[in-house]
Amino acid sequence: MKSRLTRFAASVVLGSALAVGAGSISASAQEYGGELRLVVGSKIPSYDGHIESTFGMIHPIRPFYSMLIRINPDNPSSPTDFVCDLCVGDVPEPTNDGKTYTFKIRQGVTFQDGTPLTSADIKATFDKMAFPPEGVASNRKAYFKMIDSIETPDPETVVFNLKFASGTFIPSVAMPFNFVYSKKDLDEHGYKWHQTNINGSGPFHFVEHVQGSHVLGKKNPNYYHEGMPYLDGFRAISAPKMSVRLQAIRGGQADIEFRGFPPKARDDLVKALGDQVTVQESDWNCVLLVTPNHKVKPFDDPRVRQALSLAIDRAGGSKYLSQIAIVKTVGGIGFPGHPLSSTPEYLEKNIIGYGKDVEANRARAKELLKEAGHENLKFTLHNRGVDQPYKVVGTWLIDQWKRIGLDVEQWVQPSTPFYATLRTKKDFDVSLDFNCQAVVNPIADISKFLPSGGANYSDFEDQQLEDIYNELLQTGDPAKQRELFAAYEKRVLNDLASQFITLWWYKINPYRSYVKGWKIAPSHYLNQSLENIWIDQAEYKKQLGG
Amino acid sequence: MYSYIVKRLLILLPTLIGAAILVFLLLRLVPGDVCLLRFGGEGGYADPEQIRLCRERLGLDLPIYLQFFDYMVGFFTFDLGVSMWTSQPVTTEIGIRFGLSLQIAIMATLVSVVIALPLGVISAAKQNTPVDYFVRAFSIAGIAMPSFWLGILIILGLLIGSQAWFGRPWMPPIDYVPLWVDPWYNLSALIWPALATGYRYSAVATRMTRSAMLEVLHEDYVRTARAKGLIEKVIINKHALKNAMLPVVTIIGIEFAFLMGGLVVTEQVFNLNGLGKLFVESVTQSDYTLTQALVMLVVAIFVLVNFLVDIMYAWLDPRIRYN
Amino acid sequence: MATPDISIESDELPARKTILQRTGRLARKQPLGFAGGIVVLAMIIMAIFAPWLAPFDPEQANFADMLVPPGAASNMGDGLFLLGTDQFGRDLFSRIIYGARTALTVGFTAAIIGSFAGLALGVASAYFGGYFDLVLQRIIDVFMAFPLIIMALAIVAIFGTGTDKVIIAITIPFIPRCARVVRSSALAVREMPYVDAARSIGYGNARIIFRHIAPNVVAPFLIMLTAFLGEAILLEASLSYLGLGVQEPTPAWGLMLQGGAEEYAESAPWVPIFPGLAITIAVFGFNLFGDAVRDALDPRLRSR
Repeated sequence: MKSRLTRFAASVVLGSALAVGAGSISASAQEYGGELRLVVGSKIPSYDGHIESTFGMIHPIRPFYSMLIRINPDNPSSPTDFVCDLCVGDVPEPTNDGKTYTFKIRQGVTFQDGTPLTSADIKATFDKMAFPPEGVASNRKAYFKMIDSIETPDPETVVFNLKFASGTFIPSVAMPFNFVYSKKDLDEHGYKWHQTNINGSGPFHFVEHVQGSHVLGKKNPNYYHEGMPYLDGFRAISAPKMSVRLQAIRGGQADIEFRGFPPKARDDLVKALGDQVTVQESDWNCVLLVTPNHKVKPFDDPRVRQALSLAIDRAGGSKYLSQIAIVKTVGGIGFPGHPLSSTPEYLEKNIIGYGKDVEANRARAKELLKEAGHENLKFTLHNRGVDQPYKVVGTWLIDQWKRIGLDVEQWVQPSTPFYATLRTKKDFDVSLDFNCQAVVNPIADISKFLPSGGANYSDFEDQQLEDIYNELLQTGDPAKQRELFAAYEKRVLNDLASQFITLWWYKINPYRSYVKGWKIAPSHYLNQSLENIWIDQAEYKKQLGG
Repeated sequence: MYSYIVKRLLILLPTLIGAAILVFLLLRLVPGDVCLLRFGGEGGYADPEQIRLCRERLGLDLPIYLQFFDYMVGFFTFDLGVSMWTSQPVTTEIGIRFGLSLQIAIMATLVSVVIALPLGVISAAKQNTPVDYFVRAFSIAGIAMPSFWLGILIILGLLIGSQAWFGRPWMPPIDYVPLWVDPWYNLSALIWPALATGYRYSAVATRMTRSAMLEVLHEDYVRTARAKGLIEKVIINKHALKNAMLPVVTIIGIEFAFLMGGLVVTEQVFNLNGLGKLFVESVTQSDYTLTQALVMLVVAIFVLVNFLVDIMYAWLDPRIRYN
Repeated sequence: MATPDISIESDELPARKTILQRTGRLARKQPLGFAGGIVVLAMIIMAIFAPWLAPFDPEQANFADMLVPPGAASNMGDGLFLLGTDQFGRDLFSRIIYGARTALTVGFTAAIIGSFAGLALGVASAYFGGYFDLVLQRIIDVFMAFPLIIMALAIVAIFGTGTDKVIIAITIPFIPRCARVVRSSALAVREMPYVDAARSIGYGNARIIFRHIAPNVVAPFLIMLTAFLGEAILLEASLSYLGLGVQEPTPAWGLMLQGGAEEYAESAPWVPIFPGLAITIAVFGFNLFGDAVRDALDPRLRSR
């Protein structure tokens, strides 16, 4: 396991973090003090990380909690570099043929209410997520299917016994939703208390949450990571509209936004503020895909689906769309650049719709439609009423399909009916759909394309695809893994064209250059503890005065 | 008079109940629910068990008539329940936003009065002159301009203007600090939306002031005053304006009630944590309990103000009562 | 039998004449109303002749020409962008011209259906009175007090998005408002001697309503109708801005102000400015026109 991880880490080349302007992200002498004002584009449904899955909760709440392990805050762009947070030393190697993990727990850690943290709290936390009692919700249960039992031989030790060796265990434990709760709270207040209350051991202490306005945090003076956090506190301001978040950074009402801005917005900020803005960019572990409804004619015909994929000029889209939308990278079903994923050269030669000759692709698409008897097909593209990147990509797709003679109307729905249509009503022709994960874990992530995966809405069955996936799950050899991964991808994108990829998201974070120490990760869920962020006071005064 | 008031009050009840039924039905006709959105809203895997538990907790698994029964019982016992999204009591959620909406409503009404009264009076005094045309065009432009567009222009203007003059772009704060905590911060955020909406709402009040002034200027006692040789300024200030005030005050009252219901679009542009933004959020999140409560609040304010206006007119003009 | 008919006809004839005369006077005495009329006319021409007036296809994305400033030439060499382009490289001028079509379709359809339905309900409510009136008025109360956005969202969620659904959402609140105004005018007419006379001769309800009551509520009805026109255009813009109205890629002014228009406002101010200006001018024109109609028709205001 370790050797594979190291090799991954060494060979992964991610969208490099670019620094624009004078603001540099390289470490210099950290300063203490100041309040970080971050803008958050989504609401907080509850404070309970174990049941929520929105960054609207992660960005303001994650800094109040600690986790057992996490991705390396100093190297967040690596999808395989995990480090201890509440444990000590390195992330443990498994014993007992990969079925036992023993964690040594850090001593002297206290929760906000003063209760000391012990191994019992870790066990209670993971028990809550992995084995929730009847009537208690856990959105993480599926990730911890491999856990057989958790033991605490002493207050400094937690042992996870697995049912089978699993390569997804460590990435799953490192997920940023796995807040460590105090056993005392769970015992005294029950399993739902954390939905409306906060008591964590993270770098910041909870101060207040004004619904719809902001969350305030102040420095945890007893934080266990030496010398951190640097900030006196943070203010997470709710701002659902992207234009407001952008203007807030430009107009000095906010310092940073952690989700991501479109490229044009970055250019505008840089143009307006020059070296007062630092920009970091990265590939993003989110992808927009097209999901045709196989139960609706003529989308039951693979030729029609292939034609839809062939019509898309992905290279052109990457070039132009990446100037206005938060998408950029051309990729297959796996996170671009990950060793398991297909290279651009491979995709170009082997996958339909990725070839460089767009006109040939489109001619072929027209042929296929003619063969299928649907030359002048009219249909609706079901889309979500969110601008970035859904409606932008949707409008682009309609234009692409217009070029092979298709007449497509966009059917935009607000989020609730959008998901009702996608998941339960299934009365759409073709829908935009997306797959977005926190920790990069391609083998788990591509279950999106599996008919039995639980998140595939194209409504079909294919035994061959299921077989390839099962084999992939049980293979330890990287070369064999890549082979099966490619076979799976070909089955999805070529033979079945059951679903197809538009473009991968591209994360762009322009922020005020006095904000230092933060490093971009390939996901807006990751590296959000804010403990290593500090504010350059001289620069702050220069930019905002007083 | 009392029997008229009682009669008018009784008529309010069916309106409120009708609105309660309508919002209940409309919300449930929208496919999907808050649980599906909350746990499946990020596109990935959502545990069906978790969605089931959520529905069970919120009572969404009950038959529709039972849900309606619960809702009606809550409605009559003033127990509005908890928000389906945040689990906070609906009254708490609304209370947080109420202060901001109230403040904006007051400020916008003030702006509207400050614009409308002088303009309306000038317009009437200079009837059918270029001044009159200009005032009328100015106020009609206020209603013609989409308020969110005016908001966009204001923010754009502030960003560009502040950069040009102070060398540093500035925009109004986007989080809410109550007036009594930091008046300067609070006002620097709220004055802009108040100006935008105040200008818009001044249009109707200007027109009302103008026509009421015109009406009064044609009344006998004004003519008498003129005949007595009083100068025009005195006539307008002392005699005409006072008598023209009633319809103007009425229209301002009604506008205030509308403003209290929240500025759905303007609050979006300025990121104000008011009732209008809460409204949009609760509707788009299918938060039934919160949306129902907000709709009932808006409806109640609306019918109450109308009721007060009716009573006031009946009190002033006894003929209405027998109609 | 023939006598009352003639007397009623002769009652109406001079009225028609004065309406004509008043229209003539309008241009001279009402410069604002006249200006409004010109804007309305220009909009109608824009909408009808959009395909000939627009230099570009309003829906054709052209990524080589993204956010081109006003007056610049296309990088594809196929013309000049008078008002610049949006983030999809679509010509704003063409989109605004075609947007007039959307605005007028929504405006006229919603205003006409809304006010006619309101007319029918208002007259019926006043004429029949009693429980019918009482119940109908309570229903109207509910709809008048009900927030438009809930209605719009429900309609969008139930029927889907699109121009026709926006029209439904906008029409619904118009009906009760027009009905209320028409009813109060009709109530006054109902007690008039000639209506009593018609009733006493044994004319049917329909005949009395259509021949005697309806013509007399024409003035408030037309005032409502013209007021709705501008309002409908504004409402359409607001709903589209909130994402509940017309959808991409259909050219619609409110939609053009949403999303990218705001995000790129600082570097490409023409994207939000021109569609907003189009809305403002259009609604401004309709309102001036409506005011003139009101001044001409409202006897109370006529003398002024």
